[in-house]
Amino acid sequence: MIELSGIRKVFNQSRHNEYRALDGIDLFLAGRQITALSGPSGSGKTTLLTLIGCLARPTAGRVRLRGEDISGLPERFLTEIRRRTFGFVFQQFNLVRGLSAVDNVMLPAYPLGPTHRELRDRAEALLARLHLADRRDARVEWLSGGEQQRVAIARALINDPEIVIADEPTANLDTALAKAFMGILEELHAEGRTVILTSHDPLVTGSVAVHRVVALRDGRIVPP
Amino acid sequence: MRTWVARQAWLIDFTVGSLARRKTKNLGLWLVYATLVFVLASVALYTQALRLEAAAVLAHSPEVIVQRLVAGRHDLIPPGYLERMGRIRGVQKREGRLWGYYYDPVLKANYTFMVPPDAGVARGTLVVGPALERERGLARENGISFRAYSGRLFSFTVADVLPAATELMSADLVLMHEEDFRAFFEYPAGHFTDIALSVANPREVRTVAAKVAAALPDSRPILREEVLRTYASILDWREGLVLAVLSGALLAFAILAWEKASGLSAEERREIGILKAVGWETGDVILMKFWEGALISGSAFLAGYLAAYLHVFRFGATLFEPVLKGWSVLYPRFELVPAIDGLQVATLFLLTVFPYTAAVLVPIWRAAVTDPDSVMRQ
Amino acid sequence: MFFHPAVIAILLASGLGVAMLLAAAPFAAQVIRRWDTGSGSELQLVLERRTYLFSTLLAFVFAAQLLGLLLFVFNADAMAVMFVGAMCAVGTLNVNPWGFPALGAQVALFFLAAVWLAINHLDNQAPDYPLVRLKYALFLAFGPLLAGSFALQFAYFQGLRADVITSCCGSLFSADTQGLSGDLSALPPRPALWGFYGSLALATAAAGHAWLRRRSGPLLALASALAFGAAMAGILSFLSLYVYEHPHHHCPFCILKPEYGHQGYALYIPLFVATAAGLAAGAVQLCGRKASLRARAPALTGRLAATAGAGFLLFAVVATAMIWRSNLILLG
Repeated sequence: MIELSGIRKVFNQSRHNEYRALDGIDLFLAGRQITALSGPSGSGKTTLLTLIGCLARPTAGRVRLRGEDISGLPERFLTEIRRRTFGFVFQQFNLVRGLSAVDNVMLPAYPLGPTHRELRDRAEALLARLHLADRRDARVEWLSGGEQQRVAIARALINDPEIVIADEPTANLDTALAKAFMGILEELHAEGRTVILTSHDPLVTGSVAVHRVVALRDGRIVPP
Repeated sequence: MRTWVARQAWLIDFTVGSLARRKTKNLGLWLVYATLVFVLASVALYTQALRLEAAAVLAHSPEVIVQRLVAGRHDLIPPGYLERMGRIRGVQKREGRLWGYYYDPVLKANYTFMVPPDAGVARGTLVVGPALERERGLARENGISFRAYSGRLFSFTVADVLPAATELMSADLVLMHEEDFRAFFEYPAGHFTDIALSVANPREVRTVAAKVAAALPDSRPILREEVLRTYASILDWREGLVLAVLSGALLAFAILAWEKASGLSAEERREIGILKAVGWETGDVILMKFWEGALISGSAFLAGYLAAYLHVFRFGATLFEPVLKGWSVLYPRFELVPAIDGLQVATLFLLTVFPYTAAVLVPIWRAAVTDPDSVMRQ
Repeated sequence: MFFHPAVIAILLASGLGVAMLLAAAPFAAQVIRRWDTGSGSELQLVLERRTYLFSTLLAFVFAAQLLGLLLFVFNADAMAVMFVGAMCAVGTLNVNPWGFPALGAQVALFFLAAVWLAINHLDNQAPDYPLVRLKYALFLAFGPLLAGSFALQFAYFQGLRADVITSCCGSLFSADTQGLSGDLSALPPRPALWGFYGSLALATAAAGHAWLRRRSGPLLALASALAFGAAMAGILSFLSLYVYEHPHHHCPFCILKPEYGHQGYALYIPLFVATAAGLAAGAVQLCGRKASLRARAPALTGRLAATAGAGFLLFAVVATAMIWRSNLILLG
């Protein structure tokens, strides 16, 4: 599904504070699997996730999505691929404060220009599926942590992506909620979606739901 | 096409919500914006109304007025002058006019005393302008006395008051009988103030004037179109001058808009980061911000313009009267005829919306190119 | 004549455009020198992001040109009262030799900006941005061109002196300039009529061909330019006469006025849209030869050609309807 070869990512290029986040990553991620990227903070796992999710471009190396080289694509085209292929769940949930749950869920679809009825129906169906039907018109800052995360998941699914990407999804959740989240991941997998997440939470990396764990340290892949 | 429209609708939707969430931040800018439009539009609407008023008044004045110059100064038309001019083709009517200024020490103002061409005022009576009616509390059948420059006191009865419709020009007007006029000013018999010529075909006006000048070398023909042009020019110049004075305010406004647009709050920065991360393209964010600017501009422009319209046409432009009007101590109080002119609206639009757009262009772009992965690098 | 509100607005709009384009020039030049599609460097990312600013900027200039053009004509018409012998905009523009060149420069810049935006739209569809260097070379050219247009406007407005009454005598003796009567030297109606319909038919046919076959864009561009010229000549020499129902009133601007029911907009909007689309279709096809654009350019050429064809056709229909309805009989 996703193939990375010789990936390097350098920040602050040719400046005194130059920093290599990733240094020579070769990785193949199969489709319809749940893959976890693990490692201590600063190991480069989030950077790697941004490259996989077309949020950023590598300084060197190739990223192939379904065999197509996307590493050299300008942002305009990367965005086009990203919004049709990937759904994102962020560590801080990153919901827009002041908007209702359903408005937050609909946000990623705005630039695609769906009809009002169609998008609204889709968003409400997703919220209902994640047991948030009664909270749909509540402002997101009034929701609990678990509810916020489920809104974020609904938002990630609004454009029906093939691949769901989650960055440290359980970092702000207690054990019960983290387990519930893993349950949702399994559902997504059962629907045929690919899930890629980063985590250093043993509850995630040790979970039976996770098919593969890729360990990172200092910008390189190391044996787990 | 349908998708395109739907996309704009969603972006506008989001923008409206986003503006509502940041009411206080945008309200200040919006108020300044609307005030600026209000001031500029008031000036423009007011001058435009004055221009129309002047044109309406001049529409009834003769095409050519002939004055006589002596040593470069305006002098009386001596007897026989009209005859010396001879018949000129194209001139329908020619007549000597009598008018003059009178300083009234009671009001400390100048009146224009005039003999109407059709001798419609009986001896011993006056027809007065509306300002005079107001300021001296005159009404029909009232008596009034003026002390002439010779020192003699003259008494008249007011026969009528001129309609208020053309007050700008007739405010200080006093119409009287020819013999009263000559007696009051001790005007030499057979002399006139100037000569009015009526010319039917506008294309012949200049030829007629040239012939007059040839027949009477000491005369100075003044064309109605020239008077109109001079008024228009003076009004334009005054309006332009006011705008130039206000250009400082325009600049200050542009700087304020730039400041507001570049000083994104952390919350806004975060929002744009989220939008970029969940799949909005730079172009989408620019478009969204464009709609935001368009909404602010559009509503501020409309509000400012409407307020200016009310200010000028309902409340008589109380704020700018002294700057833009004032060619006499007797301020005319008149109802301006409401008029909206496309050129004026376009001018105002260019003067206000353009500097705003130019000022926010770069800050908007800077916000829009936020890294899509910025939300993950916190 | 600078203390005139519309003049201030016009000069402000184009002056602002010049200032912004010139300020952007060094950054555009850097795009030309340092562009490297394959590179994943941070500089390349910066350059790519800059392109968004430049296209927004040019869209802004384009809008400024359009509005400035309208204002320029309206204002010329409104100022006609101030000049001896000027009956309408033509007279005002003829007051000094800079009027019509300034107008022409604005029209030309409007079309150029439209073509640039079309090229930009095409280029944005290919991931390797094959036209970047061409685009920014053209972008650099815009600064001086706009500055030239600004200079013409400035010279024109500076040379305007209202014929007002002076203290010693009426303006009659100061500057009696004959021949600014609002008449343009126009072509005789009959050949103009042939040229008018002939070139419109040619342009519409070229547009139809380009639309159906997705090629001959350059031909369409040529035909569009020709049709624009012929249409303007036609408006001057006979169409305006039919609208005014007056055998000597040749003004191309008065038809925009309320006295004539704003009919001019029904003529000029289709004509300008069609000409811009026709010119853009030619440019798009010429630029579309790059490998990565070969699949995408024809569709855009087709769309532009369809717009151009519809525009010219609409223009011809409106013009014919005006002649039809008129009570003037010009050609027996």
